[in-house]
Amino acid sequence: MSAVIENHHDDHHHGPAKGLTRWLYTTNHKDIGTLYLWFSFAMFLVGGAMAMIIRAELFQPGMQIVEPEFYNQMITLHGLIMIFGGVMPAFVGLANWLIPMQIGAPDMALPRMNNLSFWILPFAFFILLSSLFMEGGAPNFGWTFYAPLSTEYAPPSTTFFIFSVHIMGASSIMGSINVVVTIMNMRAPGISLMKMPLFVWSWLITAYLLIAVMPVLAGAVTMMLMDIHFGTSFFNAAGGGDPVLFQHIFWFFGHPEVYIMILPAFGIVSHIIETFSRKQLFGHSSMVWAMLSIAILSFVVWAHHMFTVGLPLAAEIFFMWATMLIAVPTGVKVFNWVATMFRGSISFETPMLFAVAFVVLFTIGGLSGLMLAIVPADFQYHDTYFVVAHFHYVLVPGAIFSIMAAVYYWIPKWTGNMYDERLGRLHFWLSFIGVNVTFFPQHFIGLAGMPRRYPDYALQFADWNMVSSVGAFLFGFSQLLFLFIVLKTVMGGKKATGQVWEGAKGLEWSVASPAPYHTFSTPPKVD
Amino acid sequence: MNKGAKKTLTKLIIAVPLMFAFGFALVPLYDVFCEALGINGKPSSKPEQSDEFVIDNGRPIALQFISTNNKNMPWTFEPSEQVMKIETGKYHTATFYVKNTTNRKMVAQAVPSVAPSNAAAHLKKLECFCFEQQELMPGEDALLPVKLLVSNDLPSNIKNVILSYTIFDITDYNDEAMAHHEMGME
Amino acid sequence: MFFRFLRNFTKSSTLLLAFLLVPVINADWFALNMTRGITDISNEVFELHMLIFWICVAIGALVFAVMFYSMWAHTKKKNPVPATFHENHKLEIAWTIIPFLILIAMAVPASKTLVKIYDDEAGDINIQVTGYQWKWQYKYLEDDVSFFSNLSTDLDEIYNLVPKGENYLQEVDEMVVIPAGKKVRFLITANDVIHSWWVPAFAIKQDAIPGFVNTAWTVVDTPGIYRGKCTELCGKNHGFMPIVVKVVEQEEYDLWVDNKRQEAIKLAELTTKDWSTEELVQRGQEVYEVNCVSCHMTDGQGISGIFPALAGSEIALYDKDRHIEILMEGVQGAAMNSFDYLSEVELAAVITYSRQAWGNAEKGDGEVVVPKDIVEYKEPKI
Repeated sequence: MSAVIENHHDDHHHGPAKGLTRWLYTTNHKDIGTLYLWFSFAMFLVGGAMAMIIRAELFQPGMQIVEPEFYNQMITLHGLIMIFGGVMPAFVGLANWLIPMQIGAPDMALPRMNNLSFWILPFAFFILLSSLFMEGGAPNFGWTFYAPLSTEYAPPSTTFFIFSVHIMGASSIMGSINVVVTIMNMRAPGISLMKMPLFVWSWLITAYLLIAVMPVLAGAVTMMLMDIHFGTSFFNAAGGGDPVLFQHIFWFFGHPEVYIMILPAFGIVSHIIETFSRKQLFGHSSMVWAMLSIAILSFVVWAHHMFTVGLPLAAEIFFMWATMLIAVPTGVKVFNWVATMFRGSISFETPMLFAVAFVVLFTIGGLSGLMLAIVPADFQYHDTYFVVAHFHYVLVPGAIFSIMAAVYYWIPKWTGNMYDERLGRLHFWLSFIGVNVTFFPQHFIGLAGMPRRYPDYALQFADWNMVSSVGAFLFGFSQLLFLFIVLKTVMGGKKATGQVWEGAKGLEWSVASPAPYHTFSTPPKVD
Repeated sequence: MNKGAKKTLTKLIIAVPLMFAFGFALVPLYDVFCEALGINGKPSSKPEQSDEFVIDNGRPIALQFISTNNKNMPWTFEPSEQVMKIETGKYHTATFYVKNTTNRKMVAQAVPSVAPSNAAAHLKKLECFCFEQQELMPGEDALLPVKLLVSNDLPSNIKNVILSYTIFDITDYNDEAMAHHEMGME
Repeated sequence: MFFRFLRNFTKSSTLLLAFLLVPVINADWFALNMTRGITDISNEVFELHMLIFWICVAIGALVFAVMFYSMWAHTKKKNPVPATFHENHKLEIAWTIIPFLILIAMAVPASKTLVKIYDDEAGDINIQVTGYQWKWQYKYLEDDVSFFSNLSTDLDEIYNLVPKGENYLQEVDEMVVIPAGKKVRFLITANDVIHSWWVPAFAIKQDAIPGFVNTAWTVVDTPGIYRGKCTELCGKNHGFMPIVVKVVEQEEYDLWVDNKRQEAIKLAELTTKDWSTEELVQRGQEVYEVNCVSCHMTDGQGISGIFPALAGSEIALYDKDRHIEILMEGVQGAAMNSFDYLSEVELAAVITYSRQAWGNAEKGDGEVVVPKDIVEYKEPKI
């Protein structure tokens, strides 16, 4: 009895602050999770608008809408915003919302640093986006910013780009430190590492990867800054430097970065498939080992982005074999998901639709990745639309679908309201069709010989480019439906129970929906 | 925060600057790895005293020269001979013709590159115009030498080695360096 | 039960395979697949590509067949009581080892082909390929032939003012001509930023890196025209610097080399002859359209804030010396490169053109620059 009264008492005294400043000063993991998710949605729409401009220009051969140098700014910003403003903050938002609840902790380990980690992000993106209005325009050298295009031949706004990247990096590093300290030290008694939910595991590994590689990115952009302003020659052959060195340093960060963008997705999908198959996830410990193997291997494959720079034969062979090796643990995960579904009792609510689509479409993206690993074949694929198709498959129906799945899955817990199932399914089908119509034909045009980062193309690529653009418009506008669905759910809807989903397992489902502002102020009993 | 959490936090906070330093360490590590693994495609930019590689009965190979001007480097820059038939294990001298065709004094840096990459370690340069900066007055020209030796342990399937030089305009770098140097002197 | 499973499995995988087979079989119509190319190596690469592709299709088909079957047969309605199995170590080991073996089956032939590609001895012909923003330069080392290769598609086609030609964005003013049946080695580097030289028909792609040289080689037995592209983002006109290689029989090649040498001699003569202003302007306009128009625009207005206007500019109107200096040396810290690699005739012509066109002749001193001026510029100043 007294426990109940105490909790009620707590809520009454320590509920959310009133007004707008609540959001500015909050140290509550749920609030901060919400902030990250809304920020990421906004950036997704901004990056998406840029994609619409890109696909509009590519709708037909010829230059119709923008000039080539503006086009290069669009592709650069589209990449930077989707990666650093869309996918990564969304996963951090999910981490904030879910990790403390899933391990029975009251909040993250460092709540005030948590607040800072979020609030520097809008600042960083304000700087990045404002570069569009600076003299010389925004960064135009691709999100991979190879030197010397990005050092000696770059617009003045590059310095702001570097500043912005430093801030984003700081945000990720602080967020990851918070995640690791929380998971390693604040699990409720009884939750051993191997008993941890897979989403928590996926973020533990992701956080370690971020702490390892974001500082290396910081190093790379600092070297860029020094080459541009302080007369050093890291990447300038005249001074004894090497443009290829830039690529090595960048991709040493860059490759683990792409696994950073997919591991949390793996965690989410494992939860959702388990719930809607009403069957325990197949091979829990294998799934953990697979994620660990992927993370470790991700450090020794970076040069597969550089097969045409003139690497020595021994290096090409090493990186080919190592890259192909990563397919093994990834394949194990796919088999385990299928085995979870097999002979389960499956229902196809919206989260499950997205999760199943993830498994199929991510696998397609993974298989095209395997093709890319074969060096002699890569000589024909590298820097063509085949690569663009590959990474969009793993990132859009891969990472982004997992984020959408997560939103549909957990939004009843966050808001206390069920989303509209019919609208959710409509959003799914429009997105599924859109994403495939956009990106599948890009395999064809890549194989047929269209390079990437081209604002215009020869006539034999016209048909599939038009198809791809139509798909892009469909996919892009469908996300406005998603926005509508989310807003509608926040404002009201059928009331959700604490359990929400029949087969859902995990501590977050043991609290009410919406989750109380403070949960697990006293650790739960776990057997 | 409990003690365990503080320990984890401290370790992670230390890890961050360590990884930042690692990023910078990659710069020299890059060269170290290339040499240690014997896959050094980058030629040396320092003189190599290689009398130990001088032998009498080396095998014949062809040495081809390529010259490239970097952006905004309008000098005339050409090898005196496009191809030299040489023997491994012997010193040979090749020359490059340069001319400053502009209105102002300029300073150039020549950067060598060797192909195939596994030949680079076997091309030893005793003297090279790439070791120093080259200064030319407006309209001045010069014949720049490189004295080199291709050692006999060059892999036997390589019969043709390419030595490429790219010249860069470092007049401004040079001026800045001189200015800094003078400031330091005061 | 088992037969039903088999029927469904067969149905779903056949459907999937058929869907994928059809476009592949019709590879040429519809531009869906990689080219076989025209060399032994390119064919080997194509075979590798198809091998990997089919293995991936098989893996995908198998996994999806099981999954789709399950999605059909194991719904809550059809299978209200879910099974409870959730691990099987033998299975985990099996589906770790088997993929691993499949990968080895893919990596071994790939490594063999790669070793062949890297086996790069002397070429019968060695061509230095230099990437510039935004064109390629080719120097034939043995035959002493050197020229630039620029996109020759008209701006009007690009800006949709006239219909696009058949080889839109894939045509150049000077093709790389090589003899059939001989080993040609390409020595690839760059003048400014990183570019990349790709000819799909030869399966050659190597980055062009400033300060460094990369090599690639090919032997092409079949005469023909083969088109390639720049495949590394190199700035504004990355999409507008294609590659065209023409393979001809040895006799035709020898004639072409001779021709090129004659052209070089004629160019030297042109430098010393007397040029009229009209001749200079006419030649200059051609040079302008190839080299200057993408930044300074056809009307000489440039792009405000990024590329300065030449129409009405102080330098074009009143400062002939600075005008020559800029063309010869570029502008430090700006995008304007040195164009010293153009011939003296081309330089004199384009400078004259910019001083005469767009009303500049009336507004300014209208000074004319002749090829001798450029030659003089390069001489020692005492």
